[in-house]
Amino acid sequence: MKKSVFFGALAATTVLAGSAFAGTLDDVKARGELICGVNVGLTGFGAPDATGAYVGFDVDLCKAVAAAVLGDAAKVKYVPTTGETRFTALASGEVDVLIRNSTWTFSRDTDLKFDFVAVNYYDGQGFMVKKDLGVSSAKELDGATVCIQTGTTTELNLADFFKSNNITYTPVNVADDSEALRQYDAGACDAYTTDASGLAASRASLASPADHIILPEIISKEPLGPVVRHGDNNWGDIVRWTYYALLTAEEKGVTKANIDQVASSTTDPEIKRLLGLEGDMGAMMGLDKDWSRRAIAVSGNYGEIFEAHIGTSTPIGLARGLNALWTQGGLQYAPPIR
Amino acid sequence: MSLLYIRKDMLGPSAPPASQTGAIRWLRENLFSGPVNSILTLLAIYVLYALISLSWPWLANGVWTASSLQECRSIVAASAGPDAGGACWAMIHERWHQFIFGFYPPDLWWRPILAFGLLFVALAPVLYADNKSAMSKLCGLIGVLAVLCLIGADGFSFHTVLAIALFAGLTAFAATKPRALLTVTILFPFIALWLLWGGSIWGPITALLGFMVMAMIYSLIAPKLGPVMGASLGFIAACLWWLFLQSYVSEAWQALLPLELTYVTSDKFGGFLLAFVIGVASISISLPLGILLALGRRSDMMLIKTLSVGFIEFVRGVPLITMLFTASLLLQYFLPPQTKFDLILRVVILVTIFSAAYNAEVVRGGLAALPRGQYEAADALGLDYWQAQRLIIMPQALKISIPGIVSTFIGLFKDTTLVSFVGLADPLRGITTIVRADINWKGIYWEPYIFVGGIFFIVCFGMSRYSMYLENKLKTDHR
Amino acid sequence: MTLATEPPKANFRLGMLIYDTRYRSYTIQIIVLILFLLGVAWLANNTIENLAAKDKDINFGFLWNRAGYDIDQHLVPYTNDSTHFQALLVGLCNTLLVAVIGCFLSTILGVTIGVLRLSKNWLLSRMMTVYIELFRNVPVVLWIILVYAVLSETRPEPKDFKIVDGTSKASMILNDSFAITNRGTNVPSPLLEHPLPRIELGGYSLNLSVLACIFVVAASIWINRILRRRAAATQEATGIRPTTWWKSLLILFVPIIALLFAMGLHWDYPAFKGFNFKGGLNVAHAFTALTVALTLYYASVIAETVRAGIQAISKGQSEAAAALGLRPGRTMNLVILPQALRVIIPPLISQYLSLTKDTSLGLAVSYLDLRGTLGGITLNQTGRELECMTLMMLIYLIISLIISSVMNAYNASVKLKER
Repeated sequence: MKKSVFFGALAATTVLAGSAFAGTLDDVKARGELICGVNVGLTGFGAPDATGAYVGFDVDLCKAVAAAVLGDAAKVKYVPTTGETRFTALASGEVDVLIRNSTWTFSRDTDLKFDFVAVNYYDGQGFMVKKDLGVSSAKELDGATVCIQTGTTTELNLADFFKSNNITYTPVNVADDSEALRQYDAGACDAYTTDASGLAASRASLASPADHIILPEIISKEPLGPVVRHGDNNWGDIVRWTYYALLTAEEKGVTKANIDQVASSTTDPEIKRLLGLEGDMGAMMGLDKDWSRRAIAVSGNYGEIFEAHIGTSTPIGLARGLNALWTQGGLQYAPPIR
Repeated sequence: MSLLYIRKDMLGPSAPPASQTGAIRWLRENLFSGPVNSILTLLAIYVLYALISLSWPWLANGVWTASSLQECRSIVAASAGPDAGGACWAMIHERWHQFIFGFYPPDLWWRPILAFGLLFVALAPVLYADNKSAMSKLCGLIGVLAVLCLIGADGFSFHTVLAIALFAGLTAFAATKPRALLTVTILFPFIALWLLWGGSIWGPITALLGFMVMAMIYSLIAPKLGPVMGASLGFIAACLWWLFLQSYVSEAWQALLPLELTYVTSDKFGGFLLAFVIGVASISISLPLGILLALGRRSDMMLIKTLSVGFIEFVRGVPLITMLFTASLLLQYFLPPQTKFDLILRVVILVTIFSAAYNAEVVRGGLAALPRGQYEAADALGLDYWQAQRLIIMPQALKISIPGIVSTFIGLFKDTTLVSFVGLADPLRGITTIVRADINWKGIYWEPYIFVGGIFFIVCFGMSRYSMYLENKLKTDHR
Repeated sequence: MTLATEPPKANFRLGMLIYDTRYRSYTIQIIVLILFLLGVAWLANNTIENLAAKDKDINFGFLWNRAGYDIDQHLVPYTNDSTHFQALLVGLCNTLLVAVIGCFLSTILGVTIGVLRLSKNWLLSRMMTVYIELFRNVPVVLWIILVYAVLSETRPEPKDFKIVDGTSKASMILNDSFAITNRGTNVPSPLLEHPLPRIELGGYSLNLSVLACIFVVAASIWINRILRRRAAATQEATGIRPTTWWKSLLILFVPIIALLFAMGLHWDYPAFKGFNFKGGLNVAHAFTALTVALTLYYASVIAETVRAGIQAISKGQSEAAAALGLRPGRTMNLVILPQALRVIIPPLISQYLSLTKDTSLGLAVSYLDLRGTLGGITLNQTGRELECMTLMMLIYLIISLIISSVMNAYNASVKLKER
C-alpha cells in the first residue's frame, strides 16, 4: 500500500513516498537511494568532512550496502541521529538501516522490535583517568566524579558496576562526547567513561595523551552493530551478509586493490562463491550476482576499512583486539558463504 | 567731575571655572555626580577592565591559518610562549561554509543567496508600505550585496548576470510602481521553494494554481453564499486540486517544457540556511493561522472560542523542545500508517503550530488595542463581520502588531538552534558537533560558539532595532 | 398599526441556517464541531493503527519498573533502585527548583538593570544597554553552554584547595563556607540535631521536619496578614494607623527561628579532605549554569520590560504629582509605580512562564530535569515515546496553566474599565 500526503506546495518537493515495512529492499530499489542512520559526532566512526562528504568506519558499511543493493556506493542518504531519536527514526521507517554504534541488548532486540544483524565492532565500556591520580584499577575509583554521556547504555552499566563493587561515585552527566572530553580535560571529573573505542579516540585528541591512561577493566559488553526493523528478514539478510562478505574477504585476502586480479585467477571455491563467479548467491536474497564484489570494491574488506578509519595507523590508533578475525584470536567470525 | 569713567563696551564673559567646562564638566555630570554614582562608575570601569584583560590575550594570539587544532596550538606556543592561550580561528576559515550553508553543494550556493536577497525584496512592500524611495533604496542595496555574495561564492558567472538583471529590474519597479512589488511578496514562497530545493519549476507553479482555484471558487460563491462558505468551498476545491490533479498537470508540463534546477535533498540543509528556512517558513505560514486563531479567541461563538483558547493555551503551555521531540518521535503515530515526511518538513509544521499560537496572542493584543469605536463605526456602516475585519479592523490591528510579530520572529529564529536536539544540523550545536567530530578539530570549544553567537547577535540585534523603530513610528499618541 | 421592529413571522426554511444571522452561528459551530470530532477520530484511529503495526500498546506500567540510573541532584529520596515514577518526581522537582530560583533572581537583577539603564550615569547606562542587547539577541542555549564552560574551565580543581604548608593554591570564599571548584559548588548544608521522624505514606517517606517548617512559615504569614488588615481597619475608622512593624517582625520570624532552634539546626560546612570536598552540599555545575544563564538572559528581558513600564507612564503624571506637591519619592511610590506595575506585571509573568519552559534547555548541559529524566533517559531506556512524551507535555502544561491563571487573575483585577 502506498500513500502520500500532500500539504500544499511544500508537499510537491519534500514529501517522500511512503514505504511498506515488509519490503525495504523494494523501497530502496524504487527510491534508488539507501537511507542510513548515522552518528555525526563520533570521531572515526562517522562524521562529514569539510566538503560535507561522510567518512568513517560505520559510514563505509553503509556504502558497502548501497553498492551491493544499488550498484553505486554514492547513492546513500545519511540521516544524522541522536541517542534519543535513533530508534524512533528506524521504527518509523525514516531510515532503512541504523549503522551507528548501537549496543545489541535483549530489550532492544525484543521489546523495541529491532534486529541486530551482526556485530561490526566489539566494544566495552572503559574508564580513562589522569595518570597523576594514581589509580590503576577501576575498583579504586571509590568516591570519584565520573563524566558520562546521557541517553546511552553506559549510565546503566556504570550504576551496576559501582553497585556490585560496593563503592560510590558522583555522576556528571554531559550531552556529547566532545563536551565530556572538555570536562574531563578541565578536571571537572576524575574519570571519563564511555566505550573503549571512544576513549581511545578522545585520548588521542588530548594535548598530551601520555598523561592519561585507560584503565584495564572493561565493565560491560558492548557489541555494536547494524540494526534493522524486526520482521523484514530479507532486508536483514542483505545487511548481514554484506557485512559478512567484507569479513570473508579479509579472511581470504581479497582486498580493494587485488579484487579483479583475484577474481580472474582464483581457484578457491569459497572465493568464487564470494565474488559471484560460481552459483548465484545474490538471487537468493533478491540481488544480482556481483553484489558482494561491488560491496568489497567500495572501500575494501573489513580489515582495510578498520585500518583506514580507526586502526593503529590513524590518530585514533585502535588495535584490532576483539575485532581481529577468529583466525587471529579475535571474535570476528563470518559464517560460510555457501 | 573729570574722573568720571564710563565703560563703553561690555566685558566679555569670563571663562567658566575649569570644573564646569569640557571633558571635566561632562565627567562630573555624567559619571561622578554623587558618591553613589562615583562608586558605580569605578565599579563599572573595573568590570570592563577585568573583562578586557581576561579575553584580550586570547583574542590577540588568534591563529588564522592552520590545518588542525594541534597546529594552532603549536603556532600559539611558538609565538606567545608555551602557557599562552590563543584562539584558533583557522577552523572558521576552513569550515565557515558549513556554518552558513550546511552541506548545500558549493556550486549551487547562488540559489540560497538569491532566495535570501529576494526575501528582502518581498518584505519591502510590507516594511515600507508606500515609501517609494526607501523601497528602491532597500532593493538596490540588497541587490548589490547579493551580487557581491554571488561573486564571492562562485566568481563572475551567468548567475551573477542574472541576479544583476533581476535586482535592477526590481529596483526599477520599486521606484516606479511600488505596488507591483506585492506580486513578488505573494510569489516569493514559491520562488524560494523552487530555488532552495530545485526540481521542476512546474511543481511550485501548479501548487500556486491551487490557490488560484481557491480564489476563483471564492469569487464565484462568496457573493451568493457568503464569505465563509465561499472560503471553505474554495479550500476544498484547492485541496482536491493538490491531492488529485496537481501531480498530473505538473508532470504533463514538465514533459512538454522541461525546466528544472538540480534537486537538492533536505538533508543537505544546515547551518544558518536551515535556521532561516525554518524561521521564515514557520513565521509566514503561522501568520494567517495566528490571525484566524486570534479572531476565534475573540469570537462570540462558544465552541470556536473554546477551541481557539484551548489550542493557544496548550501550545503556549509546553516548551518548544517538547514540540520538536513530538515532530521527531510522535508525529509518525498521528499520521496515517506509512506516510513519511522529511524531518525538516515535520519540524516546520510543529514550529508553525508553535508560532501560530504566539502570533495569535500578538494579533489579539493588536485587536484589543483598537478602540471600541472602530468596531462600532464598522457596524454603523452596515459592514458584515468579514468586511469589517478586512477593511477596518485588520489593517489597523496588524499595523500595531508588526513589532510584536517581529519579536516573535526574533524569538523563533533564536529557538531554531533547538532543532539540533532532534538531529538537524543547526549552526550552534549541530554543525559544531560535526566539526568537532573531525580528528583535526576535536577539542576546539570557544571559537565556533563565538562565531555563531556573533552572527545571531547581528541578525537579531538588527531586527530588534527595526522593531523599535517601527514602534516609535507607529506611536501616534503625543507624550 | 404594527410595530416596525416586529420580526417577520416567516416559516423556518433550510436556507435560514446560512442566511439568517440568528441561526448561522449555530450552523457554523455544528460544522466546526463535526470537523473537530472527525479530526480527533482520524488522529486516534491513526494512532491505534500505527501502534498495532508496531506491535506496541499504551501502557503506563513501566513507570513502576526499576529505573536503574543515577541522578546526581535529587531533592526527594532516590537511588538507582527507585522506579521511573520516582525519577519523574526527581526531575519535576529539579525543573521547579531552577524555575523558582531563576524567576526570583532574574527579577531582582532585571529590575536593577532596568532602573540602572535609565540612570543618568553615562557609562553605567551604556553598559547596561550593551548587557541587555548582548543577552537578548543571542540564543539562550549558547549562554547556558558558555556559563557551563566558564564555570568548569576557569575554576580551580578541588585538589588546589588542599592546604600544603599552610597555604593553598585556591581558597574558599565567604568565611570558608563556599568553595567553587570546576566540579561544582560546595555549599554548607543545614543539619538538624533532633529532626522530627519521617513518616511512611504509601511507600514514600515524608520529611516531617520540612513540612513543619513550611507550615509554621505559612501560618506566620497568614497571621501577619490578619494583623495588617486589622491595622488598616483601625486606620479607616480612626485615621491613625497603629504601629505594626515590630509585631510583624515578631510574628514572621520568631516562630520559625524557635522551631529551627528546637530541632537543633546547625550547618555542615564543606571541607577539603583527602581528594575531594567532604560535607556540605555539592551543587553540580549543570544546575548552576542553567540557573545563572537563565537568570542572566531573562534579567535582560525583564530589564526591558521594567524600562518600558516606567517610560510608559506619561510625563503628565509626574508633573501632576509635582503640582500636587508630592515629593519625588512619594511621586514614585504613589503615582508612577502603581501605574507602571500595571504595565510591567503581565509581561513579567509571561517571562516567568517562558523561563519555566526554558528550563527544559537544561538538555544542553545534561541537567536532569523533567525532560532529562522522563523525556530523556526513561524514554530512551524503555522506548515508550508516546507515553513519556504525553505525560511530559501534560506536566509542563499544568505548570504553565497554573502560572497563566495567576496572570489572568491579576489582569482581571487591575484592568482599566472601559466604558
